[in-house]
Amino acid sequence: MSNANTNTSKKTDEVAIQLNGVHKWYGQFHVLKDINLTVQRGERIVICGPSGSGKSTLIRCINRLEEHQQGDIIVDNIELTGNLKHIDAIRREVGMCFQHFNLFPHLTVLENCTLAPIWVRKMPKKEAEEIAMHYLERVKIPDQALKFPGQLSGGQQQRVAIARSLCMNPRIMLFDEPTSALDPEMIAEVLDTMIELAHTGMTMICVTHEMGFARKVADRVIFMDGGEIIEENVPEEFFNNPQSDRTQKFLSQILAH
Amino acid sequence: MSLTEQQYAPGEHPDLPAPLGEAGLIAWFKKRLFSSIGNTILTIITLYFLYDVLSTVIFWTLTGATFVGETKADCTLGGACWLVIGDRFHQFMYGLYPKTEYWRPNLTFVLMILAIIPVLFDKIPHRGKFLLFSTLFPFIAFFLLSGGLGMETVDSSDWGGLLLTLVLGVTGIVASFPIGIVLALGRRSNMPIVRTLCVCFIEFVRGVPLITILFMASNMLPLFLPEGVNFDKLLRALIGVALFSSAYMAEVIRGGLQAIPKGQFEGADAMGLSYWQSMRLIILPQALRIVIPGIVNTFIGLYKDTTLVSIIGLFDLIGIGQVAVADVKWRGLAPETYVFIALLFFISCFSMSRYSLWLENKLHTGHKR
Ligand SMILES: Nc1ncnc2c1ncn2[C@@H]1O[C@H](COP(=O)(O)OP(=O)(O)OP(=O)(O)O)[C@@H](O)[C@H]1O
Ligand SMILES: [Mg+2]
Repeated sequence: MSNANTNTSKKTDEVAIQLNGVHKWYGQFHVLKDINLTVQRGERIVICGPSGSGKSTLIRCINRLEEHQQGDIIVDNIELTGNLKHIDAIRREVGMCFQHFNLFPHLTVLENCTLAPIWVRKMPKKEAEEIAMHYLERVKIPDQALKFPGQLSGGQQQRVAIARSLCMNPRIMLFDEPTSALDPEMIAEVLDTMIELAHTGMTMICVTHEMGFARKVADRVIFMDGGEIIEENVPEEFFNNPQSDRTQKFLSQILAH
Repeated sequence: MSLTEQQYAPGEHPDLPAPLGEAGLIAWFKKRLFSSIGNTILTIITLYFLYDVLSTVIFWTLTGATFVGETKADCTLGGACWLVIGDRFHQFMYGLYPKTEYWRPNLTFVLMILAIIPVLFDKIPHRGKFLLFSTLFPFIAFFLLSGGLGMETVDSSDWGGLLLTLVLGVTGIVASFPIGIVLALGRRSNMPIVRTLCVCFIEFVRGVPLITILFMASNMLPLFLPEGVNFDKLLRALIGVALFSSAYMAEVIRGGLQAIPKGQFEGADAMGLSYWQSMRLIILPQALRIVIPGIVNTFIGLYKDTTLVSIIGLFDLIGIGQVAVADVKWRGLAPETYVFIALLFFISCFSMSRYSLWLENKLHTGHKR
């Protein structure tokens, strides 16, 4: 199948993330059912699906914000088990952006960005600040560096959150509905940032309902429903020629307006 | 609103100055105090009562009070007889601390102020070095007060008055804060044993009165210790007070931890911060800020609760006051004594609450959430 994307994928044959037969339960509730997924390094994946289908749970399992009970998750050649060393190692390499940004309100934008490099990577403060300013420039808000998160707009906050993750120089980025708490104008600015990031060859997994974004940058779109992966395909095929009924129904719903 | 308000074309409305408040002192009085007949009557009655109370208070404490003289017989003006305070001033300050050694508590007090300043205010230059001194201060203070190494040793049973109250209060505050944090974190821990221990400790301590803890510390603890091991009565009281208030502190701080949204924990986790790093850098700074009023409340409560040590035979301000009241020479001067003690307590507690207000305001700027 040819990739219809205008931008060339930087995907390689190296495996970045592998999930084999992953199951997860919340109490008696079976949220994730036999998830199998391999993500190559440099690949950009978009996950979509109806509310409650387990999308957030899935990507939160990848950096152990949630614990899976069955199956294997291997990130960057490190297997996720209860081993705290492994969890820390994976979290250092995997950046995450949340729906509600989760910036630290008591620290300035700059301090938000330098915190992890200084404390986790043991980087000198000066160097960490230079790197932080570099990424703040890349997300186009260097002039806000000394403000507190509460003084920024939602779109600016989300871009700070992206910059904050990038400061750790992660090999993989996870996005959990990064634009769904934002107004339309702000959505555009955050998506632009993410598209730019995709062009750098970052391995990305995005849970999002922004289908324009999916068409533009995704190498693969994954559709989840009821805790299962129902369908996965390149965007062109996924949108023009959905295989399952459920995918068709979902697409007709979200593309209706 | 005036009827002749000017009309502007859409989009052309200029910025206008905000409406003036009703200016002037007289206008203010008129509006707040004399706006109607009923209000005026109420104002007059209130003013009369205020005058009545204040004039009595001023007469008793100042105009009708006696400040110079030798004995109670010199107090003839009808107001307070402050001579008792002057006569026993040293006891109120130092208890039975030897007179020749007063410079040691005095020096300790000055050093204490110096040690507290860098802890309270973060904008002073070279704060790091001063903080080092602050951490060393408890040891310096202990050495200065109890002596040794060529200085006359002063047994802690001779410490008394304000000195003892401050030793108890400051040590209790300084110890209960970190212990409280650890207990609060322990109570929220995922580790069942740690959690159970913390819950048991907190619930036990909160379930019994401080007096019983002090009694247990002073009378029962020695029974459990091996023969010959006999540690200081003051130390035992200190431990009792510190443990007692740390249980309360733990619950106050836990309230703050509870108020931190889950996203903050996840944000910290996702960045790879360790448990202790995320607590220290992300969670506690926010949680403690939320509960500053509760923390200071506990501090003030603790400071005043130290007066209970007079029951186990330590001569803190209240203990010294009781001695003074019992003195035949000054018989019947309990009001003066207790008013003086109240004043000393009020100064300390009021400063604490002002500091907490200041801190809240300072931490508030720019941090809206
Ligand atoms: N902590 C939890 N305890 C119990 N059930 C949970 C918990 N978190 C999520 N769930 C349930 O698991 C299911 C999947 O949740 P998840 O957040 O992964 O959905 P989602 O696909 O991200 O949905 P959305 O698009 O609304 O974000 C939902 O039905 C939810 O009710
Ligand atoms: Mg979700």
